[in-house]
Amino acid sequence: MKVVVLVKQVPDTETSIKLGDKSINEAGIKWIISPYDEFAIEEGIKIREKNGGEVIAVTVGPDRAQEVLRTAYAMGVDNAIHIKVDSYNTFDTAYTSELLASFISSISPDLVISGRQSIDTDSSQVGVQVAERLGWGHVSLALKLELNGTSAKVTREIEGGTAIVESSLPLVVTAQKGLNEPRYPSLKGIMTAKKKPITTKLPADLGNPEAKVEVTSMEPPPARIPGRKLDAADADGFAQTLVKALREEAKVI
Amino acid sequence: MANVLVVGEIKDGALKKISKEVTSTGKKIASQLGGQVEVLLIGDGAEKFVAELSAVGADNIITAKGGDFNAEGYANIIAGVAKEKGSSIVILPHTSQGKDYSPRVAVKLGAGIVADAVELKVDGGNVIARKPIYSGKAFANLKVNTNVKVFSIRPNSQEVGSTSGAGAVEATSQGTGDIKAKVTSSELSGANKVQLTEASIIVSGGRGMKGPENFPLLQELCDTLGAALGASRAAVDAGWISHSHQVGQTGKTVSPNCYIACGISGSIQHMAGMGSSKYIVAINKDGDAPIFKVATFGVVADLFEVVPSLTKEFKKVLG
Repeated sequence: MKVVVLVKQVPDTETSIKLGDKSINEAGIKWIISPYDEFAIEEGIKIREKNGGEVIAVTVGPDRAQEVLRTAYAMGVDNAIHIKVDSYNTFDTAYTSELLASFISSISPDLVISGRQSIDTDSSQVGVQVAERLGWGHVSLALKLELNGTSAKVTREIEGGTAIVESSLPLVVTAQKGLNEPRYPSLKGIMTAKKKPITTKLPADLGNPEAKVEVTSMEPPPARIPGRKLDAADADGFAQTLVKALREEAKVI
Repeated sequence: MANVLVVGEIKDGALKKISKEVTSTGKKIASQLGGQVEVLLIGDGAEKFVAELSAVGADNIITAKGGDFNAEGYANIIAGVAKEKGSSIVILPHTSQGKDYSPRVAVKLGAGIVADAVELKVDGGNVIARKPIYSGKAFANLKVNTNVKVFSIRPNSQEVGSTSGAGAVEATSQGTGDIKAKVTSSELSGANKVQLTEASIIVSGGRGMKGPENFPLLQELCDTLGAALGASRAAVDAGWISHSHQVGQTGKTVSPNCYIACGISGSIQHMAGMGSSKYIVAINKDGDAPIFKVATFGVVADLFEVVPSLTKEFKKVLG
């Protein structure tokens, strides 16, 4: 079984974001692997542990993105591919999926697993776009994945419940929290990961797709409606004051 | 001239609110670009909603038979209609269904997509989409450069206007086509009658709830208000409530009109999921909790006393 896992480097949620004109100011940013991608890596490794084969981690980004491939190696993947894009536009999901699909079709895996979304842009696009470009089926928001030879049975989250989806392989699956518990890399894993080879691919190697989305500007969030703490003598007093504020001032209820 | 295709959604025989939101926004964009807005509704009984949709801008309503939801099948219908109609702008709902088919629709149309946008506006003949990024710590304005442009819209982010449309109706012959990944069974937990991501009011509980036995307190307030029940990661990780209720970084992103946080301290990860709520109420004993920094109305008190009083008070005024 050959499994590709798609991983993305994103700023840590706790990191403060300073804006440049059309991108963020990267100085001082702590970069992490997007949390849902850790579920994807873990699932890939579990599949290999059970069925044999190999797990290949792939990322798109500038040089710094190689760090997430080191993390993937430390967790236990077998190979890592860096699709190197210097001034990477993290919002252009269609461009990203075109690069990924081009690479993936060249190695014909049985399964591609991505996180359900990356936490920097929350677009929920790339995994499923890759499926469409490859002409494959997909199951998003996977909570459980069972492989039976050439087919897969996936339990996924749907609105208000779960559904079971069956498909033949190859297939794209996007990981929801709950799919597994990602392992912590061992110290030995981290040390050996530093020496593992990373294969670099350039857009020119992958059909040089056209950019499709452009950033025109970035801005800080608008100021919130000014808030205040309410004053009351007891619980009933708070309740009355709050109901009045929500109905007469905010007019939301 | 640019014709806009928007896709609405039907759930349990009713038109979802997001359908009116995307229609109204589509109308605004189409009229500024000198085109018309067509609304595609997939599902049984779609014809019933013609009046509702034309009242908020639909010039033409296209109905389609889609059967049970399947992302591949819906994407085939949507892209098929967009091609047939020559739509240059396609606006989709960023709902759980929309997230599942929008990537396929964009690829089928050879389009760039801005997903999870909260505002679309016309600027010099181009559509500029605005979306929150980095957990709401910034906003990006984005332009799509392909011939066909696809956008998906965050629920509850759009004002529904009163500009009406021509309200013509037609049925499309576009079908679902071949489907590779098939749903073989589904199970509804019935946990939230109101969908968390589309609810206009959310009542949410955190570590301060102290245990699963106290969540019925919040459920009663939800039932009174027609609200959805949410939770923080702390409450979910403690096993008090299922992950489908989780709001935040590793849960759902919501932007209701009113978010009532009960016993939630307000970690960055939680605020990433609810920071775009219009009004935020915080009920927490700890007056220094970070949630008070974003709360419109803060109540520094014991939630176990305030929440029952609040339910009682709402029952009184809402009759």
